[in-house]
Formats: sequence, C-alpha cells, structure tokens
Amino acid sequence: MDGNYILYKFILATIILLISLVVAMYSTLIERKLAGFFQDRLGPNRAGIFGIFQPLADGLKLFFKEEFMPGTADKFLYILGPSLTMMIALLTSAVIPWGGSLIINGVEYSLQVADINVGVLYVFAILSIGVYGIMIGGWASNNKYALIGAVRAASQMISYELAMSMAIIAIVMMGGTLSLSEIVEQQHGFNWNIWYQPLGFVLFIVCAFAESNRSPFDLPECETELIGGYHTEYSSMKLGFYLFAEYINMFISSAMIATLYFGGYNFPFMDDLGLSHNALTIIGSIVFFAKISFFGFVFMWVRWTLPRFRYDQLMRLGWKTLLPLALVNIIITGFVIMLKNHS
Amino acid sequence: MPDNQHIGQLTSRSKIVSDKKMTFMERIYLPALMKGFGITFSHLFKKKATIQYPEVKRPIAEIYRGKHVLKRDDQGRERCTACGLCALACPSEAITMVAAERKEDEKHLYREEKYAAIYEINMLRCIFCGLCEEACPKEAIFLTNEIVPSDYKRTNFIYGKDILVESVDKRVDISKRQTPAVLNFKKDKNQSHNI
Repeated sequence: MDGNYILYKFILATIILLISLVVAMYSTLIERKLAGFFQDRLGPNRAGIFGIFQPLADGLKLFFKEEFMPGTADKFLYILGPSLTMMIALLTSAVIPWGGSLIINGVEYSLQVADINVGVLYVFAILSIGVYGIMIGGWASNNKYALIGAVRAASQMISYELAMSMAIIAIVMMGGTLSLSEIVEQQHGFNWNIWYQPLGFVLFIVCAFAESNRSPFDLPECETELIGGYHTEYSSMKLGFYLFAEYINMFISSAMIATLYFGGYNFPFMDDLGLSHNALTIIGSIVFFAKISFFGFVFMWVRWTLPRFRYDQLMRLGWKTLLPLALVNIIITGFVIMLKNHS
Repeated sequence: MPDNQHIGQLTSRSKIVSDKKMTFMERIYLPALMKGFGITFSHLFKKKATIQYPEVKRPIAEIYRGKHVLKRDDQGRERCTACGLCALACPSEAITMVAAERKEDEKHLYREEKYAAIYEINMLRCIFCGLCEEACPKEAIFLTNEIVPSDYKRTNFIYGKDILVESVDKRVDISKRQTPAVLNFKKDKNQSHNI
C-alpha cells in the first residue's frame, strides 16, 4: 500500500464524486427539458443556449434563499437528515465498476474505487440506510405532512427492498459471486444478464423506481397530497440536498441496472475490434455512460407517462405481486442451474 | 354490439360500462404501459406549442380591444369634450374625468368649447368591452390592438392623458374599428337603444 496507490485511489474517487455531482446537476436540466418535450413545450431555454446555465442559476438560487428552520424542529436531526441523504446517495458509487482497467507504465489501474468481494451486499446495506435520511428529516421537521411523507417513505422502501434483493439474488446465483466487477466480467461481450433474467430485470427496475422515490412511486413527496412530503419544512440548500440526492440516486440506480443486467462496460463485438487494452477500456466506459444515460432517460420517461399509485396499490404491488414473482424467479433460476450442472 | 344500444339515450357517444374480469394480458399491465410509453415518446418529436413571447408574438385581430387611445382631429385638436358618456357607459366604472372650459387662446388645442382637463382610465378595472367607444358621440375614444403592459404598482395602472392621448405626429390608426358600417350604425336613430 504505497503512496502512489493511495494517490491514484484518491484521484479516482474525486473524479467519480465530481462526475456524480455534475451528472446530477445536469439531470435536473435534462429532466425539465424532457418534461417540456413530453408536454409539447420547450422547457427552460433562457439561461444560455438550450438553458445550459439553468442548473447553475437554480443552484445559486437555492444557496441564496433564506435558511429557514421551524421553531419546534429538532435542530441536530434537522441538519442531519439532508446531510445523511446526500452522503448515502454518494456512497454507492464506490463499488460500481465504471470501466475495465488502464495500464500505464506497466502498472494496472482499475477504474473501480473499491473492488470489494461483497459488492452486492454493500449496495443492499447502503440502500437500507438510505431510508434514514428521509425518516430523520421528516421526523425532525415536526410537521404532520413531513411525518406522513417519512412514514410512507420508510414503509415503501422497506417493502420494495425485499423484492429488489430477491431479484438480484437470482443474478448472484447465476454468477456465483457477490463482487460487482466479477458480475460485469461474466457478461463479457453480448452475454448480458438481461437475456437470462428478463423477469428479474422488470422486477429490479420497478423496485429501483420505488427505491429512488421517483414517479409513479413518489408517494413520500407527493406534492398534490402532502405539499412536499418529508421535505415540506426544508428550504435553501438543505432542500437542495434532498432534491439533489434524488438525482444522484437516479444516476446510481441507472448505473446499477446497467451493471447488473446490461453488461456494464461490455459491448457486443468488443474482442473483434482489435483495439488495445486501454482504448477498449475507454470505449467501454463511454458505452457504460451511454447505457446509464439511457436508463436515466427511462426514469424521466416513466415519470412523465405514469400517474402516481394509490398507497394501497403500492403496497399490494410490492408485497403481493413483486415479492412472489421474485421468489418464483429464484426457484426457476435454481432449477435451471441444477439441470445445467447435472447434464 | 348492434347500433340500437343507444336507443333511449340522449347521445350516441355513450359507452356501456362493464366490470368484466380483466384478462391475463390486461392484469399484468405491461402492454398498457408500453402503449402509454409509445404515446409519450411520440410527443418528443411533435411540434411544440410554445410561442417565445417577447421575440415572437401571436397574431391578434386588427379589431382587437386593447389599450385605449384618445383621438385628435385632423387639425391636431383633442376631440374629447368631457361629456362623460363613456364614464356612464363603462360597466366597471373605470373612467373618471374632470371637465374644463376652453380659453380663447386654446382653440388650436381643443376641438370643443369644453374639454377634459383630467381623463383617467383605471386599467385594472377596465374589462375592455368597448362600450366607451360605442357611447362616444365625438369619435374621441377608441380601443387599439396594443396590449396594456404589466407593472409592479397598482397606481401605475391608472392611465392619464399623458398616455391615452395620441401624439400629434404619431397618429394611431383606428380605421379598422371605425368602419362605415359602424359609423352608420351609430347614426341610426332606430338602433340608439344599443348605444
């Protein structure tokens, strides 16, 4: 563990952090633009060409707004809520393999910050803490709407976590590994998991929408019923953190979908191009980001297509449909693996 | 279904509601979802309805009823004689005026012996119905196709003579609203109950 190694990890982590933040920043603009297009409008186009300075303007606005705190709020928890949400949203990016590896001066540098052998478990763990930021924020606000939003968020995220984990377990069974980099390696070329786990993919993507509190599962926020849900009492950059964390979550969820089901940085005919290792890695990373962008688009597409679920429908879908389907998926996967090993 | 299902109903577009059990394809919702995605996706490429306002303006009718103008006659004299008929006709009581007598040396300024020293229209009260224009016996007030701009203060919406009276060298064209048919209609004694 020499200084060089630590420096390289530090630089990589910084780059990934910055990319996450910039992507989240510009997703807000893209979301608004797409919302406009879906509704036959133009979307923001006044701040710079195509509105490219809109995120900066929005960010500045949030920074300069009044920092309001309700008199009855629990001060410590009130500040902890958005901070925790932001931190947790950024944590997952550490284990996602953003590309293969670069060989510089004979030394191999992996484009993954932490290649831990329990990557999938780590993701589950982070997802589980994810609900705390919202819960604490909603509780500390001392507001009925915020509390209802927080309770909804908690029950929704806990319910959908189950089905989500079950969907991933089928992949873990197929590959026999919990390491995300190995899962990606196994999907070399066009051998993507989506071809083997179509049901698992549908389950996972539905749960991913629910976990990131995006429409049609945006019951914790639910402007029309709960004002703003858990962030009703938040203003200024604390509110900004909550909204920002949602976009980071979207980015990370898209990355997870691409990693688990769409081969991560792998792309078809990657071996036939005859490219050098480094060139292949760079193209792979670009392809990975293209996949992430596509799923980011899907997130927005769904938001502007589907209406919000009713609360009982949400729970029924989670417990009575997705969870049994995920279990059936596991059984079928296990059965197929057994048949394969036997023959 | 035969067409006679609508017999006894007032419309031919009514639908018979049924709560039959959904088929399997309907129950998994995915085909319906895909259809919805198709619809929203097609909207990405549709022509946008947005009109980029300050640069592009919607075409408005030439006889649009917008901001008022107080006309001058061909010698540049104000036509208004402060009779108060417009204020009387105004359903939202937006018009006030103070009359004054014309001095001997003001003959080039005012057409009649009596004129409006103060003439104010409250644009927040005005409903742009055009009744003032119809009531005016002197063809002095007209509505134009100009739009009353927004402002930050209520007091700024009370337009006085400085805004309303047309300038001598920049006449406002109201010929579209003052057609011969309109003039004849105004002269017709049988139609006077309309004015």
